[in-house]
Amino acid sequence: MIDKLGLYLEYPFVRYALIVGVLIALCSSLLGVTLVLKRFSYIGDGLSHVAFGAMAIAAVLNLSNDMPLVLIVTIFGAVLLLRTGQNTKIKGDAAIAMISVGALAFGYLLMNIFSTSSNLSGDVCSTLFGSTSILTLTKGEVLICAVLSVAVVAIFVVFYNKIFAVTFDEDFSKATGVKAEAYNLMVAVVTAVIIVLAMNLVGSLLISALVIFPALSAMRIFKDFKKVTVCSAILSVVCAFFGIVISILAGTPVGSTIVVTDVVAFGLCSLAGFVKGGLSA
Amino acid sequence: MALITVRDLSLGYEGRAITEKLNFTVNAGDYFCVVGENGSGKSTLMKTLLGLREPLAGEIIFGDGLKKNEIGYLPQQTVVQKDFPASVWEIVLSGCQARAGLRPFYNKEEKALARENMERMGITDLEKRCYRELSGGQQQRVLLARALCSARKILLLDEPVSGLDPKVTAEMYSLIRQINKEGIILIMISHDLSAAVRYADHILHIGTTLFFGTKEDYLKSEEGKIFLLQQGGIENDR
Repeated sequence: MIDKLGLYLEYPFVRYALIVGVLIALCSSLLGVTLVLKRFSYIGDGLSHVAFGAMAIAAVLNLSNDMPLVLIVTIFGAVLLLRTGQNTKIKGDAAIAMISVGALAFGYLLMNIFSTSSNLSGDVCSTLFGSTSILTLTKGEVLICAVLSVAVVAIFVVFYNKIFAVTFDEDFSKATGVKAEAYNLMVAVVTAVIIVLAMNLVGSLLISALVIFPALSAMRIFKDFKKVTVCSAILSVVCAFFGIVISILAGTPVGSTIVVTDVVAFGLCSLAGFVKGGLSA
Repeated sequence: MALITVRDLSLGYEGRAITEKLNFTVNAGDYFCVVGENGSGKSTLMKTLLGLREPLAGEIIFGDGLKKNEIGYLPQQTVVQKDFPASVWEIVLSGCQARAGLRPFYNKEEKALARENMERMGITDLEKRCYRELSGGQQQRVLLARALCSARKILLLDEPVSGLDPKVTAEMYSLIRQINKEGIILIMISHDLSAAVRYADHILHIGTTLFFGTKEDYLKSEEGKIFLLQQGGIENDR
């Protein structure tokens, strides 16, 4: 089996997939902790549907490079969603559900009416489940992904203390003079960037898993914010790595294999947390 | 000059006023207590003072160069905090965030300040404990230590003893009084009038009638007599 893996690693596309997969898993898990705690677990799902809608528009307009449009629309959606969390009449979960379902329907409708491809359901399926696009990455895409990932990790490390303060208590932060709104905006933009990146990997339907599972798994075991964050990053990277390797060896779909790996990790962490809790109690 | 001067302030939601024409001043060393019935706008007043909400009318003037990052705030607990994975140390230290400004990490002075405030609140031995596993009284101490990290001049307290048992409540009040004696102005919201008249030196009563003045004057006033009578009645019933 090791030989077989070695053979596959000879191919550049396998190496690219591993690099990109691990980087995206790292980024999404870092923000995942904050998003889950802010009760925005479903934002990954909502925003990826927005991105799907934007992709449909790009396809209809026949844009050769849909990245800029998708990114702008998704960032806009993220800012809108994370703002509504505060003082509006439609609350967080309802707003996410509304935008998510609306964008999905809109995108599918557009693709259906203006479709140029003969295999429509195949197209939609691969956008939603991220079929093989991770195995067809070019060197340029890998580079963009690497640069953006480094930027996301750097932003997260530099603003770590501020993100913690604002996540734990937004009112206190604002009242004492911390620019909480600016940091919320930053989290929204970074979230949007990660989601657009992650769509290449697992597709829009499975992005939520990358955001939620590592954070929740880490919270089963650890009880302080720094350990939870570090543990969630490590878990996410390990799961993405093994998920991709397994999918290559067993010939299974990449996205769902990674998510299943994450689910298994969550199960193990819950068990570990239970045992740990039982011992200390 | 007064540190905070409030002139003709009106508070409310969506253009509908709850309380109108509030006038009062807060001076150095004050222990200022806001009392009133539920729904009279106590919390709204506090949020307006903190700049979290715009007043419907009137103005709040900060004197003596009082800056935003010299204010501490003890809010009521939120749902999010109840299962938040964070250690006591992380939470207390986050009170220094406003001081740190754009600097990404906390420096030595800020860490020393956090330690000092944990000592003041008697929670040094809880440093590594998880916040959500602490008792109500301990959690309140943690949040108070955090508030002290940002309070250089003023500390605003929103119902600091709600949900605490009588023994812990008494401890909390003596901690709070100690903070005031060390020179920090306190503005406290409370529905516990007996505590307000025992500890505070100035009282603002909002609701159907308004009163602002010293505790002595309040006890002689109509508002004070009526309110005290009601509270006394409730206590006698028990």
